[in-house]
Amino acid sequence: MQIKPILSALRRHKAGTFLIAMQIALTLAIVCNALFIIEQRLAHLSEPSGVDEANIFVVQNEWVGSSTAEQADAKIREDLRVLRELPGVQDATPSNSYPLRGGGWDDAVKLKPDQLQDSSGATIYFADDHFLDTLGLKLAAGRNFRAEEITPMNVRDRLGPPVVMVTKALADKLFPGEDAVGRTLYLIGGPSTIVGVVDLLQAQSVDRWASAFAYRSVIVPKRLAISLGAFYIVRARPGQLQAAMRAAPTALFQHNPRRIINEDDGVLSFAEVRARAYERDRGMAILMGVICVVLLAITAAGIVGLTSFWVGQRRRQIGVRRALGATRQDILQYFLTENLLISCGGALVGTVLAVAINLWLVTRFEMHRLSLMYVLGGVVILLLLGQGAVLAPAMRASRVPPVEATRSV
Amino acid sequence: MFSYYLDLALRSLGRNKMLTALMVLAIALGIGASMTTLTVLHVLSGDPLPGTSGTLFYPQLEPRDMDGFEPGMEPPRQITWIDGMNLLKAKRGDRQALMTGGAVPVQPAQSGMDPFYSDARYTSSDFFSMFQVPFLYGRGWSAADDDNKARVVVISRTLNDKLFGGKDSTGQTLRLKEGAFRVIGVLDTWRPNPHFYDVNMGNYSNAEDIFVPLTTSRDMRFDHNGSTDCWGTGGGDDDHAETQPCVWLQFWVQLDSAAKVAAYKEYLEHYSQEQKALGRFERPVNVRLPGLMEWLDINKVVPGDVKLQTWLALGFLVVCLVNTVGLMLAKFLRRTGELGVRRALGASKREVFTQLLIESGVIGLAGGVGGLLLAFLGLWLVRLQPSSYASLAHLDLSMLVMTFLLAVGASLLAGLLPAWRACQVAPALQLKSQ
Repeated sequence: MQIKPILSALRRHKAGTFLIAMQIALTLAIVCNALFIIEQRLAHLSEPSGVDEANIFVVQNEWVGSSTAEQADAKIREDLRVLRELPGVQDATPSNSYPLRGGGWDDAVKLKPDQLQDSSGATIYFADDHFLDTLGLKLAAGRNFRAEEITPMNVRDRLGPPVVMVTKALADKLFPGEDAVGRTLYLIGGPSTIVGVVDLLQAQSVDRWASAFAYRSVIVPKRLAISLGAFYIVRARPGQLQAAMRAAPTALFQHNPRRIINEDDGVLSFAEVRARAYERDRGMAILMGVICVVLLAITAAGIVGLTSFWVGQRRRQIGVRRALGATRQDILQYFLTENLLISCGGALVGTVLAVAINLWLVTRFEMHRLSLMYVLGGVVILLLLGQGAVLAPAMRASRVPPVEATRSV
Repeated sequence: MFSYYLDLALRSLGRNKMLTALMVLAIALGIGASMTTLTVLHVLSGDPLPGTSGTLFYPQLEPRDMDGFEPGMEPPRQITWIDGMNLLKAKRGDRQALMTGGAVPVQPAQSGMDPFYSDARYTSSDFFSMFQVPFLYGRGWSAADDDNKARVVVISRTLNDKLFGGKDSTGQTLRLKEGAFRVIGVLDTWRPNPHFYDVNMGNYSNAEDIFVPLTTSRDMRFDHNGSTDCWGTGGGDDDHAETQPCVWLQFWVQLDSAAKVAAYKEYLEHYSQEQKALGRFERPVNVRLPGLMEWLDINKVVPGDVKLQTWLALGFLVVCLVNTVGLMLAKFLRRTGELGVRRALGASKREVFTQLLIESGVIGLAGGVGGLLLAFLGLWLVRLQPSSYASLAHLDLSMLVMTFLLAVGASLLAGLLPAWRACQVAPALQLKSQ
């Protein structure tokens, strides 16, 4: 295939050539960045929580009327007994929060009491000795809390339990390459000895501001004995989640009606918790996907439209070429090559544009740098799209009979 | 002449339906996507109190100790009880209010209605007049009520409908936690967007249902919600939050003139100096006095994702326009023969140009209608989303007008180059080739 005649023909259609190339460049730039955002969001929402998601649900219990810390603690223990006695329930634990909740108590962890800079941020999970079993967590090292270590915590108390468990991510951050069990860390209220290391447990917030300490948690042997109430995390027996979710609030109300369990979101299965935590990311990924598809469709339609016009305009020239011995294959090749040249030009500009847009997004929207794979992928997609779009008009061109050369318009 | 050109345009558009449909569709999609995201952005970055927002300011003081101090740090975004009360009592602004958020258990008098928690705002008397809160019945409380820790409550219209069937409930008693409160006012529907006075409680959440004096809420030991930041030995103890080194309150001040703003800033500096001399403040004096809209900016109230989507949609519109320019170019150049005849028969370049621009305007108008329908569809989809701002996404009149201006303007812009190119044909050459 000779490129020179194609180039000289394009020189006579500067405006049209430029517009197609521009359109391809812009589409490439937007599609690359959109694909990159989709990939980031999908990666984010498929991070593991570490808990037995299929069987867990959460009850948000609020008390009516004020009570002393002792009364509140007694009521929580009663509730747990009620929950654990339900036939469909395997285990239950009280806590101040749960993974993917969206926010809650995060605090600083230090290794020395007089340290100015924090060693790490961490999610604080309140737990009793049923916490590991209820959430389905695995111990990487050390031991679980003992029943006698669990104490109630009031609003006035400052958090500094004698023993804590930490997640492996936090242990690796605080004591890289060493055994964390038996070591000491400092929370706001004083020193605590690490007795256990939990393998994997996601933080309560998956937002970007919390990504600095994702998976780093301190599990404290405390029951939140405040008059406001707390969360009950419940693990149903396999296959009995729905039944247990219906039975739990009924049983709780039967036992003590002076409570509030919100009808809309008072009882949430973990699947709902997950959907809520990531709804923004999923929405964004879907939107980006739709935009990409529509954008590619429009660009393809534009190429079809403009090439059709060029084919119509050049019917006579095509006829002449056919009369002079060019095969149908030659004509087809001509238009395909022409489109490839324009697309390559567009892709070149588009690559620069894609990187520029990404750099601008990085400064404004806490994005990561675009990996070159996405640009390459985008270029391939657009080149294929261009070739596909031009195929129909080019086929039509190749069917122009040689006799066209003898006809006047 | 215009109607003749319009007729020509419609005929020409009808001749090649596929191409016309493609152009209209491209513009409609671009406009639809842009208008959907622009509307969401417009709603989210709106002024919560049009007309008054310019006179409202949010003083920031620096009460923290030297732990972790770095020069140029922003002061905390809330205020301590002591400073809040001092600024409130000083009454240096035209109006001022100290506040924080919380939740209180409501125990309805009606049997058969379960107790429930309601979002509450604990504030001081100027709140209602300063933020121009509309009242359906009754009124807010007085400064004397603040001082006396009066058991009075102002409730929202929603709560009044729920508890009292929408009747004038002023004078009635409402049980909150363990106390009996007298209802002294019922608000009319009020939902400032964003929820500017306390951005910790959800940027686009509803206004609270219950308003009680801040002093009363402390007296009753009502639970406090929202952000609490402590330093030094502070933290955890909600019962003694008044004396803790913690910021957990919001303070707003109304200043009606630029001179008063300058004077107030001076007063804040003076106050900080005084507190430093007393030994309460340790860091160098650092005060700020952002206005309401500036405060929303500082807090990045508009979600980043929404901005990102807007930019994406505008990029999408540009691609659609480039696409339309290309197609129009093809269409107009194909008709050079016809245009040549018109030129030879005496039409000036200018007239031919106008004729072609009208044709692109018609495409733009059709695209605008299509775009509007798509924008309605898009906003309906946005409203299905569970985010807190979803229910706000409605097209208002200004955005409606903007849709059409954008559509027609964009398509005229897209028609400029093709029309100009098509006018450049030499009539003689075109006639010759016929």
